[in-house]
This record gives sequence, structure tokens and C-alpha cells, in this order.
Amino acid sequence: MAASEASSAATATATATTLRQAFGGVLSFFILLLIGVLAFSIRLFSVIKYESVIHEFDPYFNYRVTQFLTKNGIYDFWNWFDDRTWYPLGRVIGGTVYPGLTLTAGTLWWILNSLNIPLSVETVCVFTAPIFSAFASWATYLLTKEVKGAGAGLTAAALLAMVPSYISRSVAGSYDNEAVAIFALIFTFFLYIKTLNTGSLFYATLNAISYFYMVCSWGGYTFIINLIPMHALLCIVTGRYSSRLYIAYAPLVVLGTLLAALVPVVGFNAVMTSEHFASFLVFIVIHVVALVYYIKGILSPKMFKVAVTLVLSAGLVVCFAVVAILIALVASSPTMGWSGRSLSLLDPTYASKYIPIIASVSEHQPPTWPSYFMDINVLAFLVPAGIIACFLPLSDASSFVVLYIVTSVYFSGVMVRLMLVLAPAACILSGIALSEAFDTLTRSIKFQLPGISGGNSEANAGDASSASASAQNDVIKADKTEETAKERPSRKSKKKEKEPVEKPPRNPRNEKKLLVLPFEASIVGIFLLVLLGAFYVVHCVWAAAEAYSAPSIVLTSHSHDGLHVFDDFREAYAWLSHNTEVDDKVASWWDYGYQTTAMANRTVIVDNNTWNNTHIATVGTAMSSPEKAAWEIFNSLDVKYVLVVFGGLVGYPSDDINKFLWMVRIGGGVFPHIKEPDYLRDGQYRIDSQATPTMLNCLMYKLSYYRFVDTDGKAFDRVRRTEIGKKHFKLTHFEEVFTTHHWMVRLYKLKPPKNRLRGKTKKLKSKTSSASNSKRSGKRTKNPWQ
Amino acid sequence: MKMGFRFDLLVLAVALLSTPALSDLVLTRVDRRVDLTSHIVRITSTLKVENTGKDSVSEVLLVFPARQVKNLAYLTALSSTGKGKAKTAAVNLPVKNVNSEGMPPALVAYSVSLPEGGLGKGESFTFDVSVVFTHSLQPFPEKITQADTQLLVFEESAYFLSPYAVKVQSLTVKLPHPRVESYTKLENTKIQGSEIKYGPYENLAPFSYSPIVVHFESNQPFVVARELVREIEVSHWGNVQVTENYDLVHGGSQIKGEFSRLDYQARPHIRGAAAFRNLIAKLPPRAHSVYYRDAIGNISTSHLWGDARKTELEIEPRYPMFGGWRTAFTIGYGLPLQDFLFKSGGKRFLNISFGSPISEIIIDTLIVKVVLPEGSRDISVSTPFPVKQWEESVFFMQTKFSHLDVVGRPVVALEKSKVVPEHDQYFQVYYKFNSISMLREPIMLISGFFFLFVACIVYVHADLSISKSSASYLAKVQWEEVQSVIQQVNNLINRCLTVHDKLDASLRDLSRTGDVQACKTARKQADGLLKELSKELKPLLSILQTSPQAVQILPKVEELVVKEKELQDKLMVKHTTVVECYEKKVSGREIENRIASQQNKITALRQEVDDLLDFIDEL
Repeated sequence: MAASEASSAATATATATTLRQAFGGVLSFFILLLIGVLAFSIRLFSVIKYESVIHEFDPYFNYRVTQFLTKNGIYDFWNWFDDRTWYPLGRVIGGTVYPGLTLTAGTLWWILNSLNIPLSVETVCVFTAPIFSAFASWATYLLTKEVKGAGAGLTAAALLAMVPSYISRSVAGSYDNEAVAIFALIFTFFLYIKTLNTGSLFYATLNAISYFYMVCSWGGYTFIINLIPMHALLCIVTGRYSSRLYIAYAPLVVLGTLLAALVPVVGFNAVMTSEHFASFLVFIVIHVVALVYYIKGILSPKMFKVAVTLVLSAGLVVCFAVVAILIALVASSPTMGWSGRSLSLLDPTYASKYIPIIASVSEHQPPTWPSYFMDINVLAFLVPAGIIACFLPLSDASSFVVLYIVTSVYFSGVMVRLMLVLAPAACILSGIALSEAFDTLTRSIKFQLPGISGGNSEANAGDASSASASAQNDVIKADKTEETAKERPSRKSKKKEKEPVEKPPRNPRNEKKLLVLPFEASIVGIFLLVLLGAFYVVHCVWAAAEAYSAPSIVLTSHSHDGLHVFDDFREAYAWLSHNTEVDDKVASWWDYGYQTTAMANRTVIVDNNTWNNTHIATVGTAMSSPEKAAWEIFNSLDVKYVLVVFGGLVGYPSDDINKFLWMVRIGGGVFPHIKEPDYLRDGQYRIDSQATPTMLNCLMYKLSYYRFVDTDGKAFDRVRRTEIGKKHFKLTHFEEVFTTHHWMVRLYKLKPPKNRLRGKTKKLKSKTSSASNSKRSGKRTKNPWQ
Repeated sequence: MKMGFRFDLLVLAVALLSTPALSDLVLTRVDRRVDLTSHIVRITSTLKVENTGKDSVSEVLLVFPARQVKNLAYLTALSSTGKGKAKTAAVNLPVKNVNSEGMPPALVAYSVSLPEGGLGKGESFTFDVSVVFTHSLQPFPEKITQADTQLLVFEESAYFLSPYAVKVQSLTVKLPHPRVESYTKLENTKIQGSEIKYGPYENLAPFSYSPIVVHFESNQPFVVARELVREIEVSHWGNVQVTENYDLVHGGSQIKGEFSRLDYQARPHIRGAAAFRNLIAKLPPRAHSVYYRDAIGNISTSHLWGDARKTELEIEPRYPMFGGWRTAFTIGYGLPLQDFLFKSGGKRFLNISFGSPISEIIIDTLIVKVVLPEGSRDISVSTPFPVKQWEESVFFMQTKFSHLDVVGRPVVALEKSKVVPEHDQYFQVYYKFNSISMLREPIMLISGFFFLFVACIVYVHADLSISKSSASYLAKVQWEEVQSVIQQVNNLINRCLTVHDKLDASLRDLSRTGDVQACKTARKQADGLLKELSKELKPLLSILQTSPQAVQILPKVEELVVKEKELQDKLMVKHTTVVECYEKKVSGREIENRIASQQNKITALRQEVDDLLDFIDEL
């Protein structure tokens, strides 16, 4: 009878475990689903507070490309030569764009439309980023699960779903490459780790495909193709070489490079530029190591030593020769085969020294400390704990995560934009830290609560399931815990001998892994952790709602009489698109190029794809030249309208006057007659009465402040908080054709050249000679197109 | 250009004077009122016709110069039966275009059919003719600066152009302002405030013509939609969705030179008098979900009021509309279905207005598309005035695929050019529709998800391996077997361990109660159980030994079994010792001393067994 009882109890526990596992599976499935919903919905603040509209600058270009793709199909897309931008050069869009995002949204749109769900391309584009951030948080779950088990995975996924740094790039409407690329990045890393843990060629192939998708999506793929070789090298150096590592690495390099070369914008760069050299170098190294291991296996130790000395002496000579050739090849190119952006990563001062156009972009500046707190918040404090957790014990997977965080911290320190790469790493490590802490605390509470000793086995099941996930590579971990475990139970057993009355725990397995904390301390610890998490959630929601949701083409301000909307940009673009000729060319600073082509459908001279420095410098020169010279430059470029952004009336700080010094610098970099000191008074940039005459006579100043004095009689600039220097002036070569409601965008038309009348030209000449400096610069300014 | 027109008119007048009268009708009195207060020209004429001939006449001809007909948007004749009565009893008289012989080519004639068999000899009849013209006010000068006011030119004939003799007639021109730049002065012309009166003139011959020109100031919004596409989508779930795409232009004098926002903002009514900044749309009552946007997003400058009788939407284009400026936008709104959809004789019909809700707007081309629900049949349209259907006899020139449609929704497309507010009348679309079709899409969705889940279940439960005899498949199956066997072994060992625990517990009971007998029975039970268990264990081990997949794991399992056996033996020895001691009444301390070494070994063994179990578990 007792026997049957026992056996039934055993089967009951067995079914209970399977039930619990099934329940755990369903539970984590629903948690993941909710995390996806959270990731999606926290990014909808922009749609709710503003409207469903594409944000900022680059997304407008992507949107325009997607429109073209959906209208004309994939083949026309590859061959698309865009004559609306970079006039008169044009741009080969199909060959110069990372097509991943566009193809993704285009495919989404196509699927929806073939299911007869009539969504507009714009709607699909607006919601692509939130959808992919849900995918990204699921990918984070998978990656962290491979590293530290399901619990850490869920925590990391929840953290990533709302990390402000990622939200800033993926709110609804922020239709940019990064939105898709972060998912691809995490997923590629997941597949790498998965391959590393399983040694399965299937995952290795998937990994190469995922890498291909990443290459399609973002220039940041170089991060992957440098980080993974670094990790492989680290594994080899620390003696962790295994066949799994070989399978994880070699197919990725071969397949990945072949696939990457298929993307037109990468093409032969995949084998020619220095960004990819590391992967090939490590590819060679891993083969050498594999060979060494193989030979070691078939030779006796003595023979092996002989072979090593033989090969080393011969191999070194060959190596030196090869390295010398490589260095010679690389050194022969001026930038050592590195692209400007990569160089500015390796040498943070490079851009400001040589390429002002890269330095002029605000997101390429190094971040400040508060921006770390703003963008990753409490994760900044949890990351060190996570790193420690990764070292207990160190496995292939956890060493990868540590390497990832270290490199991404460096990169984020160089460029604020790369904070985005740091965010997933920070989330993963914080997830690990939080989950480990919770594990320890809850387990010690459970252990000390006598009432729920029956729950021990439950904890066991959780342990077992989480442990089994990370088991394969955690052999060392097992060893270590055994060591520590041996000490503690022996002490316990001594205690037991003294008090034989004490009931031994039913399953000592539970007890041995425990780092038991005092009961009260655990309660307080849990409380504090929950508080920390709550603080993080509050901060993230605030960041999503207030800081990162503004579409930047519509501005709002709260005043005493309610919400005030500044919709000036679209007002100007709508005016341009309806009231100018289709082929008119519009000149503006390059920031507004994408928006002008997308919203106003007019040809622009330069745009946000800053591929031609000279062209941008020409526009910069025109903006910083006096009116006549500027007119000549613009006229030679066929420009009909000039667009300037002016915030002085309403206090909009990122206007053209504030960006003007960059125009001078970039213009001066190519056309030396533009000199930055001419625009500065004692090294200070000012537009008030102390400003230099060059400044007060340049086109940008005149177009911004034309008739500004008539608004309030004093011409008080609300952004610079000063009265402007030169108040009353007339335009001779330009005429105002449109100014928006809040004066934020002003459009000028180039006047047609005057008929040559003898008397008049003489008069004009005498006028210009009276204005001394304008004559000087006027004479020296040469039209760069002649 | 204006001179050209005048010359044209002169030639026309000469041509007219030479044509003979067509019939014996005489217009005894004609009063014309021209309304120029908006940019739409409305002429209302009251005609009194008398038959002086012998035969009864059934129709009256109205003639217009071809130049005017080009802009003629709307023409109706209303008979007011009973003189004193109000126009509530007005009867619409049918009007049709006729090409009668002997009419000069520069004229176009329309015939008005008289009611009740026509007009007998000597009888007279009074009716009103109202005519609406688009684009017949010419801005002059054609280009003005921002500060200028807009001046318009209106041309008409002082005499009523008619194929019949006119006895008494007068003409009143109503202007928006008293400010008149110039006007043609004939005899009996006087100006009173904002009205100019011509006449009365008496006894004019047929086709009398005397051109007049009024040049006056008007800053009325010159709203012209070059194209308006209205899409009316009927959903039987309770909504009629109307979407209107406007392509708007300011049709007045074009702006030249600079546009200065400063001047416009400082004195909008002087430096921008000719511009219009907002439009009023009168939507049907209970309109909901109103939106106003254009290709680049929402336009935030709009206001909505509503009461029981109407909903009023005030929209501002993104920028003030100066002469010649264009814009394009979309407004959309939903309407409750029961207000517009009715049933009659087995058919349903949609009864909805044809024109634009925006007041005082000229629409050059209006396309109305009615999208009926999927599965509608026998579609027919009835409109109060002729419209062009996009394909003769086939109404639905296209089908529209919307949410989850399979065959698409039939679309009725109607096109009309020169649409004025007078066209804002109700028209009807009749169709047959089975209410069951409403359920088509929900059922499709439900079944779609159902089959998805079924497919999932099938996938999870089905074995999809390609080859059942391949080495890897067999290995996999064997490995699964081995795993299950190991699981069983684990379970058995665990049960053994519970038995050990029980033995321990019995010992503890013994120390507490001193009941040796109970302890012995416990021991017996345990022995029996352990024997059974070891019996069960044997076949499992033999399976493991034969299976090739278990080679790696086998030593560990065997080690586990051996250790467990050892542990068991030690435990038994300990048990026996303790029980014996109790029987001999040895003191507790003594017992502990005796079994201390054994206990140590047991703990160590137990630890090893646990570790092995862990290790095997983790595989």
C-alpha cells in the first residue's frame, strides 16, 4: 500500500513538473506578448499627442524612397536616378541607399494590400519602427536567454522595450534605418550566440542571413563584423577554441561577406575597406588554430613540439611578408582605407579637424554625462552588476556580452548617436543583474519562510529550467558551485549532528546553491529593486511622452491660453509644392533638403545625404557671401527660390542663423575666400551692433532679418536675445515671396537679371563702391562654377 | 481683351437684329435681377409671356450667347401658379437644349415647356428663370499687388435677349459694394447704393441687344475648385463615410510682386483684402469623425461647431489664399447610416447630396463616387440634373477593394463639370443588398484564425521528418528513448531517496517516542519497497546497456545506481545499529557516537548521489 502511495506521489510530482513547465512556458509566452505590446504602444505617444506623420529629416527621404518603391517596383528602384536632388548632379538612389528599411516597409505594405487592407504607404512607414522595436525586444529575450537563462531574458526584454535611447530612434513616425537595424543587430548577435552554444550549421546559416539583413539596413553593420571577430579572437586567446566557435565564425565570414557584397551600396567595400579587415584576419587565425588543434590530435606531444618550432620559424617569415604588403597597400591610401565616419570613431578628434561636415551634425558630437542618464537611466548603475554576474561563471556567451558592452560604451562616448548601440547591451546586462538579484533575494526569502517549504521544489523547477538553458556551456559553473556547495552542507551537517531533531530539508540541492541573505535584508532589497524598476518605468514613459515624441516638423507650445501649434514648415512646403513650377530649384541649407524633396516635391541643390562636400560648400559660400555674389552663385545653379529658416520671431533655436557658422566653415573649407574670422568679433559669434560688417552683409543675415525691424520697431531677436545689428536694409537681387505665419520659414525668389541700362549700371557701381567691404568681398568672390 | 469682347458683342448684336421673330409669343414684362455679391453670377428673370398668335404654344425659347453658355452652370424655370401665392407652389418646368433652325450660330437656345397643354390664344403665363454662371466675372486688372483691392468686370446686355418682342423690361444689378469703378450709362440708368438699375425699356424688337459693362470692386472669396472628388462609401454596419479631395485655386486677380507676411499680419483687411483665409463647410447634422488634412499631414487650423440641424466646419488652408494661389486638401467625415439610407420596394436607396458642402464654391469638375457594399446588385442612379456617368449603361466602371474584400465593392462614378451651390441637391442610388453579406468578412476572419490555429496544432502534433529510416532520425528516436529511460531511472532513485528519508524520519520518531516496534515496521516496509524498486531498476539498466545512444551517459547512470546501493546499505546498517542500541537501552549520546562515522559517510554518499542526479538531469 505504502509502495503504491509512494509511486503515485512520484508520478504526481512528475506530472506536476511537466505541468509547471508547461505553465511556465505559457506564462513566459504571454509575458513576451505583453512586452511586445508595451514596446509598440509606448512609442505611440507621438501619434496620440501629435499626429500620424513622418518625423524629422532622414525619415522623409526614406518615406519618399518607399513611395517610389511601392509605385514603381523593385527593379525601377535599383535603377532609380533621382534628379530632384543635388542639382545638377543628381543621385543614384538605388546604389547609394541602404535598402533594408525601404524593402521591409515596402514588403509590409505589399502584404497588407494584397490582403486588401488598404493602408497608405505613410501609415505603414509610421508604424514600422514600433513594430520592429517589439521584434527587437523579443530578440533581446532570445539573446539573453542564451546567455543567462529565461528569467534574465524576460527582464532584459522588458527593459529594452522601453529604454529611452532606443525610443528616441523608434517612436511612431521616426522612420529611420536604426529602427529596423537595432532588431537586426540583436538578432544577429542572438544567432551567433546560439550557434556558439549549439554548434549547429543551421543557425550559422541563419546568422549569415540575418547579418545580410543588417547590412541591408544600416551602415552600423561594421560594428557586427568587427565585434564578432574580436570575440572569436578573445575565445582563441583565452584557450576556449572549440569546433562550435569555428562553426559560429567561419560560415558567417564567408557567407556574410558574399551576401554583403550583393548590397549595391556596400559592393566591393565588403572586401576592400579596412573596416572589414579584422574579420578576414581572424578568419585566417581561426584556421591556423584549427589546424594546430588537429595536428595536436594526431601527433604525439614530442612530435608536436618539433612541428611547432618548425612551423613557427617558417610561418613568421611568411607572415611578416604578408603583413608588410598589407601595410604598404593600406598606407598608400590617404585615409588608410577607412571611411571618414569610422575614422572619427577611432580618433574622436578626427572629424573636427578634417571634416567639418561630419562634425556639424549634432548627433555626431560626443555625449554629455546627463545624456547617459537621460538615455539609459538606471541601467547605467545596473550594468556593472551585470558585468560581474557575467563573470560568475564566464562562458563563451557571457564573455561576448561583456565585450559588447565594453566596445559600445566606448563608441557611445565618441558619438551621441551610437548611444543606440549601447542601449541593447545595457539592457541585456541590466536584465542579467536584476534577474540574478531577484533570484538570490526571493530564494533566500523562500528558504527562510517555513510556511512555504513545499514551494522549494517549485523553485527547483524554475532553477532547473533556467539552468538547463544555460547548461551546455556552463560546465565550469557547475564545478564552481560544487566547490562552494561542498563547504556549506558539510557545515550544515555538523549542525545537524548536534540537533538530530531538526528536520533536514527535503532536497539538499535547493540549499546548496543558495547564497542566503537575512530575511529582512532580502525584503528590503526586493523593495528597493522594485522601486528602482518603477523609477525606470516612470522615466521611460516620461521620456517617450515628452522628450522624444515631437515630430520636429510640428512644434507646440503651451501658453496661458492653451496649446499653440507652430506648423510653419509644412505651411512653407505646401506653398512651394502648390504655387511654384514643378521644375523650380530651391536652395536651402542641406538640413532641409530631404523635407523639400519629399514634402514640396521640388528639386534641391543639397540634401541630408552629405556625399558631395564641394556642393554643400558652394551653398554655404553663397549663404555667407554678400547679396550680389550669392545671387551669381545661385543663378549659376539655376536656383529660383531660396529657403531660410528663421526663429528670431518666436524663439525657435535651431534656425539657420545658429547654424550659420557651419556654413562658413564648410564653405571656407573649399573656397578659401570665406574666412571664419571675418564673421566673428573677437572670436565671438554675434549678430548685434558689434557684429562684423561681413556678417551683417552676408546673404543669410539679410534673408533672415529682412523687414524684421517692422515687427516690433526694435528688431529684437528672441533666440539670440539681442537687438540685431543692421535693421533697415533693402534687398536688390532677391524678393520675398512667402513667409510663414510665425516667420519660421522665409522664401525668397531670385529677381531676374536687370536689363543693362548704361546710367543705371554706373549708378549701381558707384553704390557698391561706397559700401567698402561689400566691394572688397564682391571683387574677390569668384563664382565657383566659372 | 475687353475691347475684343465688346467688338464681339457688337457683331453679335448686328447679327441678331437681322433675324426674324420665331413665333407669335410676346413677352409683356421681363424683370431681371443680376446678383453679383459673390463670384458666382446669378440672374433671376421673371417673364410674362402672352400668346398673340392663333395656335396654342407649348414651349417658350430662351436664348443665350454662346460665349455665356460656355459658363452656364445651372438653368431652371419655375412657374408660380397663382399670382399672390408664395413660391411654395412653384412648379419646376422642364428645360431642354434645342437646336432650332434659323437660330444664329452665336446663340444657343433652350426651350421651356409650358404646363397643361401649352398656352392658348390670348392667354398669358408668368414664370421665373434662374440662371447661374461660373467664371463670368473677369478680374481687371488681371494682376494686382498684395495691397490692391480686386476689381471685376461684368458684361451683360441691357435688353433681354429673346427671340420674341419684349414690351416692358428692366434690369437690376446688385453689387457687393457701393464702390463702382465704372459702368455703362444708357438712358434710364440710375445707381442706388450698391444697385444699378437699367430700364424700364419698352417695346423692343426680338433679339435686341445692348451691351453693358460694370467694373466694380469685390473682395469676395473667389473660391474655385478645379477638381473635387467626393467618395461616398456606404457601410451597412452603420456608417456613411464621405471623403472629399479638393484642388483649390483662388480664381480672382493674381498676385504680383512680393508677398509680405508683415503687411498681411499688420493689416490683413487692407494688405490682403483680396485673399481669403477660411472656408465654411456646412456638413449634415450628426456628422462625426471629421478630419481635415493634406498630402503631408493634418492641418491644425480648423474649427467645428454642431447643433441638431447642421454641423459647421470652418477650415483654413495652410496659408492665406491670394489670387492665383493654389492648394489641395482632403476633408472627410462619417455620417449615420439611418439618415441617408432608406428602403423602398425591396430595394435600398442612398439619398445624399451631390455637391460640395463648402459654401459659395465653383467646382470645375466634380466626380462623385459612391462605393456600395460588397455584394450589391441591380444598381441604378437617379439624379435631378444630367450628369456624365463614366461608362454608358455600365455604372460601376470600377470596383474598389477595401478591407478584406474578395470580389470588390461596386463603385458608381458620376462626373459633372461647372458645379455651383445650386447643384447641391439630393440624388439617389438604388441597389439590392442581402444583409447576410455583411457577415462575410467577420466569418472570413474567424475561419482564417481558426484554420491558423488548427494548422498550428497539426504542426505540433505531426511528425514532419522526411525520412523515417535515416540514421539521424533513428538516432534521434533512440536518444529520446534513452532520455525517457533515464528519466525513469531518476524517478526510481528519487523514490529510493524518499524511502531513505522515511527511514531517517522513523529513527527520529524512535529517539522521541522510543517506540522500537513502530520503527521496525517502518524498516520492513522500506525493505520491501527498496526491493521492488531495485527490481524495477534492472530492466531499465539493461535497456540502457543495449542502446548505442546511451554509451556516454551509461557510466554515470551505473555509478549512480552503485552509489545509491552503497548509500542504501550504509543506511540500513545505521538503522540496524540505532534500533539495536535502543533495544539495549544505550544512552542517546552513546548512540550518536556509534553512528557518527556512518552518518558522515551517508552524508557524503548522499551528496554524491545528488550531484549525479543533477548531472544526469541537466543532460
